[in-house]
Amino acid sequence: MIKSGFFERNLKYLFPLPALLFVLLLMVFPVLYTLFVSFTEWTLTSGRPMKFVALDSYLKIMREPRFLDAVGRTFSFTVGAVVAEAVLGTTIALVLNREFKGKNALKFILLLPLVATPVAVGIVFNLFYDPTIGFLNYVLSVLGLPQSGWVTASSTVLPSLMLVDIWQWTPMIALIVLAGLAGLSNEPYESAKVDGASGAQTFFHVTLPMIMPTILTAIILRAVDALKTYDIIYAMTGGGPGYSSETLNILAYKYSFEYFNLGQASSILVFLFFLVLLFSLGVMKIRKKFEL
Amino acid sequence: MKQSLRFRIGFPLLVLIIIIPMIFPFLWMFMSAFKTQVDIISWPPKFLFSPTMVNFNKVFNEQNFLLYLKNSMIVGVGSVAISLLLGLPAAYSIARFHQKRLSVMILIARLMPGISFLMPWYIVFSRLGLMDSYTALILSHILIALPVVVWIMSSYFESVPLEMEESAMVDGATMQRAFVSIILPLSVPGIVTATTLSFIFSWNNFMFSQVLSMEKTRTLPIAVYNFMSYAEVDWGGVMAAAVAIMTPAIILTMVFQKYVVKGLTMGAVKG
Repeated sequence: MIKSGFFERNLKYLFPLPALLFVLLLMVFPVLYTLFVSFTEWTLTSGRPMKFVALDSYLKIMREPRFLDAVGRTFSFTVGAVVAEAVLGTTIALVLNREFKGKNALKFILLLPLVATPVAVGIVFNLFYDPTIGFLNYVLSVLGLPQSGWVTASSTVLPSLMLVDIWQWTPMIALIVLAGLAGLSNEPYESAKVDGASGAQTFFHVTLPMIMPTILTAIILRAVDALKTYDIIYAMTGGGPGYSSETLNILAYKYSFEYFNLGQASSILVFLFFLVLLFSLGVMKIRKKFEL
Repeated sequence: MKQSLRFRIGFPLLVLIIIIPMIFPFLWMFMSAFKTQVDIISWPPKFLFSPTMVNFNKVFNEQNFLLYLKNSMIVGVGSVAISLLLGLPAAYSIARFHQKRLSVMILIARLMPGISFLMPWYIVFSRLGLMDSYTALILSHILIALPVVVWIMSSYFESVPLEMEESAMVDGATMQRAFVSIILPLSVPGIVTATTLSFIFSWNNFMFSQVLSMEKTRTLPIAVYNFMSYAEVDWGGVMAAAVAIMTPAIILTMVFQKYVVKGLTMGAVKG
């Protein structure tokens, strides 16, 4: 055994220590603090000191229609956007999963929406969606269809926002699935061919089962972010018109930094965190169950 | 292999159907940035127009855009540099000593809604007089960059064969010495991936700067957003600002395309 110094013997603790301390100080403590504040009644602007109220903030928020609407909206936004992204992204990956000239250029184009600043993306789509000068209403009028209010009407605002999310993040699923497809072995395909399987049969019985774990992981990654969508919605509508596009994250922001109602803001945040956590655990369980 | 005629026509068509919706918003943004307000609000929308530099002039000369650009750079470079310093040894240790719990912790940092730390920071930073300071912004952006660095680098280090350190250590080098002089140089591709991605994420972040910065340290996403909130939207100006903020990230992506793809897709494919 080589004689080694203190540093060497404790490397496995010393190496991660700085990062660990940082995470503890700037993440774990703040989150515990938020958890604590969620059991209090504390509005900064009221001038009254923080008061411990146990579950009162949670009960108050549960009775708040804005909160209940935001929960439903967060769900529909996430499910709608992510399902569309998964279907479109997988389709795109299957189309592009072959060698052709300009494949790299195409991958670069797929990367563009992913690296584009969400706030700026939101603003560009606002110009598209503008009811009077927007390009999309122009297209509708050329096609002879009735014009839409897009993000300015409460009936269409959520699908319009979902469309932006779908535009920005479908390429991510496409790239992930494409990378997954590239790593598949050739053997199952050859035996499928020998067995005389049709194209559709090969897809459903060979490709899809092999690629499913990758798709599910991509879905988890996407859904975790979609549940927390903030930039696009804030930039495009600020939660409006009225409250009609408020998701949980937008609501939590408003409670924290517009109303300074920190007690109830924290309850919303704790709720959102458990939602994200439960969702991730749920999908991972599904993966295990089907041995994906 | 011979390709059928149907494929030779059908495939490029499919590719076009994929590309056009992806690229059109960028094209429209770019065109609008060179249009006068009159051209932008004209109906039907104009595809042909005489380009003007008015919008870019306004963004860079009348607005304090260069200051915001500098701020975004300082915050991005600062937070990524510190994240590498903290994250590389941590990732190495996770990879070599199989510290599962540590990597789960980093994963949870990814799951947390950002506001759940923003609110406490807001309180602490205001008491410490750190609002509108680079310190506060860089600290907050490390929480964006650090998980990216650890996530990417721990799986990268796992792919580096253990024999590399072992042979160095047989020659009498300590493990930390082997890490610095053997492993890190071998891991440059991974480090490039982690650096590029975490810089882009910091560059694009809106929420943290929205709360923690004011006039002095305001970063670009906030500046672009503020352009919108004037009474009448100056579309040309906003689009020029949008072009300005996206260009650096797009150039980075162009230069490091291979690495960016790898960084965005890793984790998922391995899982």
